[in-house]
Amino acid sequence: MVGLVFAASQAVGLCSLAAQTNLPSRPAIAKPGNVYQSPATQAQQADDGANPAMLWVGQGEKLWSSTDAGDGKSCAGCHGDAVASMKGVATRYPQIDAKSGALLNLEGRINQCRTDRQHATPYAYESAPLLSLTAYITLQSRGMPRDVKIDGAAAAQFEAGRSFFVTRQGQLNLACTQCHDQSVGQKLRGDTISQGQSGGWPAYRFEWQTMGSLHRRLRACSLGVRAEQLPFGSPEYVALELYLAWRSQDLPLDAPGVRR
Amino acid sequence: MADTPHPTRISMPATAKRGDIIDIKTLIQHEMETGYRRDANGRVIPRDIVAHFEVRYLDEIIFAADTFAGVSANPYFAFSTIVGDSGPVTFTWTDLAGRKTVETRTLTVT
Ligand code: HEC
Ligand code: HEC
Repeated sequence: MVGLVFAASQAVGLCSLAAQTNLPSRPAIAKPGNVYQSPATQAQQADDGANPAMLWVGQGEKLWSSTDAGDGKSCAGCHGDAVASMKGVATRYPQIDAKSGALLNLEGRINQCRTDRQHATPYAYESAPLLSLTAYITLQSRGMPRDVKIDGAAAAQFEAGRSFFVTRQGQLNLACTQCHDQSVGQKLRGDTISQGQSGGWPAYRFEWQTMGSLHRRLRACSLGVRAEQLPFGSPEYVALELYLAWRSQDLPLDAPGVRR
Repeated sequence: MADTPHPTRISMPATAKRGDIIDIKTLIQHEMETGYRRDANGRVIPRDIVAHFEVRYLDEIIFAADTFAGVSANPYFAFSTIVGDSGPVTFTWTDLAGRKTVETRTLTVT
C-alpha cells in the first residue's frame, strides 16, 4: 500500500508536465519497450535460451498440434505448419471480423477458431493455453512491422481507441498520453516510463512471476491511475489495442518480451 | 524422453570439440509456490517448489543446486562445462515431494 501511495504522489507530480491531451499522439521515433528495461532484462529478452516466455511459446507449439479439443481436429489439422501459415498474421490484429463486424484481437480470433471450428469451449483470457498460443502465433511475426487497418469498418473503433488514449482518467486524472508521450524516460517507482508500445506483448513480467497479455498490462496502467480496470478482452481495451498497434508505426514486433 | 511433468527449455550445442567450454542454459516452468501465501479463504497455499536441480554428463555431476522458497517462479539456470567424450547430458529437477522432471540431450564430440 505504501508503495502505491508513493506511486500516486509521483504520478500526481507528472500532471504538472502535461499540457494538452487532445493531440494525436504517435511518437516521432518509435522505440520498443525493452530499451527502457535494464541491460540484464534486455539481454534476457534477446536470448531465447534465457527468455522465460519461451516456455509458453513451447507450450503453444504443443497445443497447435494437439487433437484433444472438441472435434479432435488440431489447429495444425487446418492451418498446417504455423511457421508458414501464421507468418505475419499477428501484424494484422486487431482487425474487423468480416462475419460479425466486431473488432477482434488475436486472442479473440484464436477463441473464434476454438468455438466455431473446433467446437470446443473457448480458452479463458489469461489462461496458460491462450497466452501460450498467442505467444506462439505472435512469434511467427517476429521482426515484422504492424499492418493494421484503421479505416472503413475499423474507423470508429480506431477513434474510440485514440480517444481513450488521450482522455484523462481515474482518481489521478491522467491520460495514457501524459505518461507515454509526455513523460517518456522519467522514473515512476522502479520503472522508466516507455512509449507504451505494444509490440513486446504478450510478455513475461518479473513482477507477476509469469507471462501476461497486453490487456493485463493495460489493467495495471488503469489501476496505476486509479481508474476502473476493464475486463480482459473488453471492447474498450481491444479498440485501444488497435490504436496502440497503429501508433507503433514501423516498429517490428518483438514479442515475447521480458519486463521488470 | 523421460517423464516430464513440467515444461522445460534447454539450450546447449548438439556438437562441440573436446576441450571446448560450452554454455548450457535451462528453464523450467514451475510456480515455485513459497508456502507463505494464503488463498482467498485464508488457507495457506502449500509449498510447492523445485528443491534440487542436478545435471549429469556421462553420469558425472557437472552442476547441482539446492533451491528454496526464495527462488523466483520458472527458475533459470545457466552454467558452462568442459567437453570430454560424446554422451548424454541429463537434467533432473526434483520437487519437495520427490517428483522428477527429467530431460536428456546428447552431446556429440566432433
Ligand atoms: C502514471 C503513468 C502511466 C499512465 C497514465 C499509463 N501508463 Fe502505461 N505504463 C506506465 C509504466 C510505469 C509502465 C511500465 C514501464 C514501461 O514500459 O513504460 C507502463 C507500461 C505500459 C505498456 C507496456 C510497454 C512495454 O513495452 O512493456 C503499455 C502498452 C502501456 N503502458 C499502455 C498504457 C495505456 C494504453 C495507458 C492508458 C490507458 C497507460 N499506459 C497509462 C505508466 C503509465
Ligand atoms: C476446422 C478448421 C480449423 C481449425 C481446427 C482451426 N482453425 Fe483457425 N481458421 C480456420 C479458418 C477457415 C480461418 C479463416 C481463414 C480466413 O478467413 O482467412 C481461420 C483463421 C485463423 C486465424 C486468423 C488467420 C488470419 O490470417 O487472420 C488464426 C490466428 C487461427 N485461425 C488460429 C487457430 C488456432 C490457434 C487454432 C487451434 C486452437 C485453430 N485456428 C483451429 C480454420 C480452422
